[in-house]
Amino acid sequence: MSPKTLYDKIWDAHLVHEAEDGTCLLYIDRHLVHEVTSPQAFEGLRMAGRTVRAPDKTIGVPDHNVPTTLDRANAATMTEDSRIQVEALNKNAKDFGIHYYPVSDVRQGIVHIVGPEQGWTLPGMTVVCGDSHTATHGAFGSLAHGIGTSEVEHVLATQTLIQQKSKNMKVEITGTLAPGVTAKDITLSVIGETGTAGGTGYVIEYCGEAIRALSMEGRMTVCNMAIEGGARAGLIAPDEKTFEYCKGRPHAPKGAAWEAALAWWKTLSSDDDAHWDKVVTLRAEDIAPVVTWGTSPEDVLPITASVPAPSDFTGGKVGAAQRSLDYMGLTPGTPLRDVEINTVFIGSCTNGRIEDLRAAAAILKGKKVKEGLRAMIVPGSGLVRAQAEEEGLADIFIEAGFEWRLAGCSMCLAMNPDQLSPGERCAATSNRNFEGRQGRGGRTHLMSPAMAAAAAITGKLTDVRELM
Amino acid sequence: MEKFEKLSGVAAPMPMINIDTDMIIPKQFLKTIKRSGLGVNLFDEMRYDDDGQEIPDFVLNQPAYREAQILVAGDNFGCGSSREHAPWAIKDFGIRCVIAPSFADIFHNNCFKNGILPIALPQEQVDILMAEAQKGANARIEIDLETQTVTTSDGEVISFDVDPFKKHCLLEGLDDIGLTFEKGAVIDSFEARAGAERPWV
Ligand code: SF4
Repeated sequence: MSPKTLYDKIWDAHLVHEAEDGTCLLYIDRHLVHEVTSPQAFEGLRMAGRTVRAPDKTIGVPDHNVPTTLDRANAATMTEDSRIQVEALNKNAKDFGIHYYPVSDVRQGIVHIVGPEQGWTLPGMTVVCGDSHTATHGAFGSLAHGIGTSEVEHVLATQTLIQQKSKNMKVEITGTLAPGVTAKDITLSVIGETGTAGGTGYVIEYCGEAIRALSMEGRMTVCNMAIEGGARAGLIAPDEKTFEYCKGRPHAPKGAAWEAALAWWKTLSSDDDAHWDKVVTLRAEDIAPVVTWGTSPEDVLPITASVPAPSDFTGGKVGAAQRSLDYMGLTPGTPLRDVEINTVFIGSCTNGRIEDLRAAAAILKGKKVKEGLRAMIVPGSGLVRAQAEEEGLADIFIEAGFEWRLAGCSMCLAMNPDQLSPGERCAATSNRNFEGRQGRGGRTHLMSPAMAAAAAITGKLTDVRELM
Repeated sequence: MEKFEKLSGVAAPMPMINIDTDMIIPKQFLKTIKRSGLGVNLFDEMRYDDDGQEIPDFVLNQPAYREAQILVAGDNFGCGSSREHAPWAIKDFGIRCVIAPSFADIFHNNCFKNGILPIALPQEQVDILMAEAQKGANARIEIDLETQTVTTSDGEVISFDVDPFKKHCLLEGLDDIGLTFEKGAVIDSFEARAGAERPWV
């Protein structure tokens, strides 16, 4: 047998049919559904008189536009159109009999946090969701990617997806991260290296000592942003940490089924002599705490750098950099550490897990948020929130002056009332700094939770290492 | 799905790289539960000011391009979120074809599901078509999916690649779900086999 990558192995295990022209039908093990990209798909099923083929493998949770304020049980906190979307999902979940976590359930949260937390996401699976950050689930060594609404309908109806196989890319991070440098810095640095289109047409496997050393939370952060590098999916081979994380989760196998699963999972790694279409290697020692300065996730620089000038770039990037700088209100040559911010947002499917909150709390303990700053922490799920309260993290945040919110996507994409106003500048732990992403005219700097916490204290973009 | 065979129309030039789906259709318009009616909000934040008035400089507000059926753009078009609202808005506006040096994966897929043809061409050829588009309403570009060609108003012919299965579906206006249903028996047997091998799934 010819040597295979992890991606090849998962692909082969799920291949239902391959046509002569290479078009493949792939079986889908888990389909996650949220309120924004699913209503038209369910409507399509109804109109055609179709059902959900595998409701047992379909999991719904509202997250994108649910309010995260403490009074959200009161329906009046939602705008009319948001309420209609959430109610549509409530109804579709019930009518089609899928697993569902309504807003009132403590397990509700961002779909990419709920899936792993409940043990729906397991190694070797194929996972899809009408959301580009589905790549997150690749941290378990599963093939996970975002799909459009037509494909959501296709998966609901057939439990399969029409796919062409992608190419294989290996991203290796050698060595050991320095203190203050995190999974977020790895994933942003990789995008800074390859560009936002560098991964187009590829599935990335992240490997190397620095990746192995990451917790499951950290690995999810890395895979989450594979899409920001243009890749269809990012994955990491499962190991003892993965198995440990999965064990005992509500939907993980138990007893003999667990043993059987484990035996297969242990075969899930790329063969030594597997072929890679592209290889990117970074040294962990070369990775610094980074922030973004522009309006594309590839606009990454170490916090010790200064705002670049358009003339530092070539090709289409010259004009794009000029546009970014105008939008961001930044002057070339300004040290990034002099850039003042108005808002701090800690949360999202990139950095809304317990480890992220611990990292923020470690910096914030005994400190205060800079006066006049708006700062909020939005846990990724109700269970993350509960755990943070149990560990005393919530008290640290509240004492520091942070708002302590309920779970949801919140200011990551500002579909609910959590938005920036024009010109407002935000230190954010989310994944996109596009124009208007966090509110029309809002300016987003992406960074790790520790860096965002540091910025909250000083009111400026800050090198977290100075506060450690 | 609406068929795509031939198209002759005005192309709007948007010489920017990394045009993301948040630009194509900002999130406030994702709260719909329908597929139609998004065309007026296509490129909303570039197209209208804070009072909802048209920004005259924006390409689709210029008289020559108000009826554009083709868009010519920079590298990595459609990056960002998986929202199918982006192709829905493009289609609803009346654009049936987007030409760029490269496309983001999910957006590219979503186009085909909605009767839109995304054409990826080398930068030099996109430059030619960009210049052509900048000539305004007099320069009509012709696109023929069957022969996989783009023809400029000067008669220059440029060939493009397209996945054969996607081409077939677009030419015939085929519905993917219907096609997959024809393979129902293969899916059944896969499910039975996989269920035995990996019962925990
Ligand atoms: S947290 Fe942000 S990126 Fe993640 S699913 Fe929600 S909106 Fe998308």
